[in-house]
Amino acid sequence: MAPILDITNLRKNYGATEILKDINVSIEPGDFLVLVGPSGCGKSTLLNCIAGLEPISGGRIEIGGRDMTRVSPKDRDIAMVFQSYALYPTMTVARNITFGMKVRGADAATQERKLKEVAAQLQIEALLDRRPGQLSGGQRQRVAMGRALVRDPKLFLFDEPLSNLDAKLRVEMRTEIKKLHHNLGATMVYVTHDQIEAMTLATKIVVMKGGVVQQIGTPAEIYNKPANLFVADFMGSPAMNLIPARAQPNGEGTRIEMDCGGSAPIVLKDSRATGLPQDVILGVRPEDIAEAGFRAGEGVQEAACLIDMVEPAGADTYVVSNLGGKQVTARLHAETRAQPGQMLDLAFDLSKVSYFSPATGERLN
Amino acid sequence: MTDATLAPATTASRRNWSRFALRWTLFTLLGLFALFYLMPLFVMITTSLKSLEEIRTGSLIAFPREVTFDAWRTAWSEACTGIQCEGLRPFFWNSVVIAVPAVAISTMLGAANGYVIAQWRFRGANLIFSLMLFGCFIPFQVVLLPMARMLGLMGLAGSIPGLIFVHVIYGIGFTTLFFRNFYVTIPQDLVKAAKVDGAGFFRIFWSIFLPLSLPIIVVTVIWQFTQIWNDFLFGVSFSQAGTQPVTVALNNIVNSTTGVKEYNVDMAAAIIAALPTLLVYAVAGKYFIRGLTAGSVKG
Repeated sequence: MAPILDITNLRKNYGATEILKDINVSIEPGDFLVLVGPSGCGKSTLLNCIAGLEPISGGRIEIGGRDMTRVSPKDRDIAMVFQSYALYPTMTVARNITFGMKVRGADAATQERKLKEVAAQLQIEALLDRRPGQLSGGQRQRVAMGRALVRDPKLFLFDEPLSNLDAKLRVEMRTEIKKLHHNLGATMVYVTHDQIEAMTLATKIVVMKGGVVQQIGTPAEIYNKPANLFVADFMGSPAMNLIPARAQPNGEGTRIEMDCGGSAPIVLKDSRATGLPQDVILGVRPEDIAEAGFRAGEGVQEAACLIDMVEPAGADTYVVSNLGGKQVTARLHAETRAQPGQMLDLAFDLSKVSYFSPATGERLN
Repeated sequence: MTDATLAPATTASRRNWSRFALRWTLFTLLGLFALFYLMPLFVMITTSLKSLEEIRTGSLIAFPREVTFDAWRTAWSEACTGIQCEGLRPFFWNSVVIAVPAVAISTMLGAANGYVIAQWRFRGANLIFSLMLFGCFIPFQVVLLPMARMLGLMGLAGSIPGLIFVHVIYGIGFTTLFFRNFYVTIPQDLVKAAKVDGAGFFRIFWSIFLPLSLPIIVVTVIWQFTQIWNDFLFGVSFSQAGTQPVTVALNNIVNSTTGVKEYNVDMAAAIIAALPTLLVYAVAGKYFIRGLTAGSVKG
C-alpha cells in the first residue's frame, strides 16, 4: 500500500536555530503514529508542519500521494485536535462542529446529518446548544474531537489532546481514542510527552529528542530493543535500569561483571552476547529482574544482591538495590519476603537485556 | 482570624476596634475626595438653574431659590457665538456628525489592525506596531501645520469630512493598541483551528474574532468618543464658520458675550456640551471597566 503520509528530509529552522533535523517518517493508511519525546523536542512543531501551520525549511511532505509541502492547511485534507481544544468561544457546540463544513459550503442538510452522526458517536447530543465556556474539560475534549471527526479527513492530527485532563479522565479518553481509531480505521498522528499514552495507542512510535528522530518502530520494538540510552531511559515506567558493567569474552558468550556496593562484584554469563567492548551499559527492565526461583528459562542468571529499599505497590513489589553505582529497581511478585538491608537472590533474564556503548549511547546488541 | 479567636477577649476587641477605626477613616477620606470632585458639577448645575439676579445676590454654593430653565433654553438655541445667535444646537449637531463616523471608522480600522498585528505575525509587525504606538504620543500641536497642508491638498480644508479624517488618523494609534492588546490574549490555536477548518483571513476575523470583541469595542468606542467629542484644538484649527464642533462654540459663547456675563447660560452650555460623554459613561461604564480588566478569553 502506498504510504498515506510520507515525510522526507524535513528540516525546520527558526533563524539560525534548527528545530527539526532531517526527519524521515512514513505511515500506511490505518496507522496510529505517535510522536513522543520530552518537551522542546520538536514533536509539536513537526505536527504543525504536517498540518501546514508552520512552513518548513527543507524537505517534502506527501499526504495521500500528493505533494503537500506548500499547500495551505485547508487543502491538505486533515483535521486537528489541539491541546487547548481551541473551541470557538462564541459559537455553540453545534456550530463549532459544523463551522468547517459551513466554511466549505456544505449544504444545511449534510451539515445536520453529519452533526447528528458525530454527536451520537461521541455522546454529546445533550450539549449541542451550549457554549464551550459552559462545558467541563472532558466535554470540551469531546467537542474538539467531534470537530475533527465530522470532517472525515485523510489524516487526523492530535496535539497532546489529553494533557489538560485529570488522570482518571485521561485514561478513559485514551481508551476512547483507541476505540475510535479501531472503529473508523482512520489514520492518526498523535503528539504526546507521555510514554504510556504512546505505548498504549500507537501502531508506530517516533521517539524524538532535540529535533532528531531517535527511533522509529512498533511499541514492542521501542520497548524491547531501544536504539540508544535516551530511548531506553525515556520509554517505560519505572525506567529501564542502566547499569555500568564490564564485559569479557568467555567461551561462547560474554562474562558481565557489575560492581555491587562494598561486596564482591556480581558476575553473570550471557551466552548470546558476543563482540561487546570492555565497558558497556547493561539495560534491563525492572520486570526482567525477578526473585530467584520465580523466573526460569534460557538466559536467566541468578545472583545475590543487597536490597536497599522495598516498595510495595499492590500488584507488585519494587525492590531497589545498588549495582554499578546506580539504583536498580526490580519488579518482584507482591508476596516477596525481601527485607531492606538483607541479601536476596535475584534472577536476571539476560535474554531480554540491551547493551549500550557508554561513549556513544548507541545500542550494541 | 484563628489567632484572634485564640487570644484573650480584650486583645480581640481592641483589634476589632482598630479595624473599625481604620475602615471609617478610609470611608471618610474617600467621601471627602468624592465631595471635592463633585463640587464643581454641583455649582455648575445649581448655577445653570438660577436666574442672573439670584446669581448676583446669592451664594455660589446655595441651592436655587427659584428653579428656571431659561438659561438652558438660551444656551441651546439663542446664545450668541460671535455674530450668529442660534445657541449650541447647530454645533452640537456638527459634533455628532463628526464624532459618530470618526469613532466608527477608527474603531473598525483599529480592530482590523490589531487582528493582523496580534494574530498574523509578519516580518516587521513589531516595527509597525511601535510606529503606531509612537503615533499615540505625538502632541496635537506638532501635526497641526502638516495636517492643514494635507487637508488643503485633499480639498477637505474647513469641512466636516476633513475633521472626521483628522480624528480617524489620530485615533488609529490608540484603537490599534487596544485591539492588539486584547487579541494577543486570544490563543493562537483558535486561528490554527479555523485555518484547518478551511477559514481564511477575513472569515476568521468576522466569525471568530469580532464576536469575541464586545468588551474591547466598548472600551474603544468610549475612549474615542470622549477624545473626539472633547477635542478643541483640531476643531478650532480645521473648521470654519458652519463646521465648528460644540467645544469651539462653547468657547465662543463664553468669550463673546457683551455686557453682563451670563454665568447661568455659560454653565448650562458647558453641561450640554459635556452631556454626551457623561451619557456614554453612564450607559457603558461598567463594560468599560470590564473591558479594561478583561484578561484572557477562556475557550
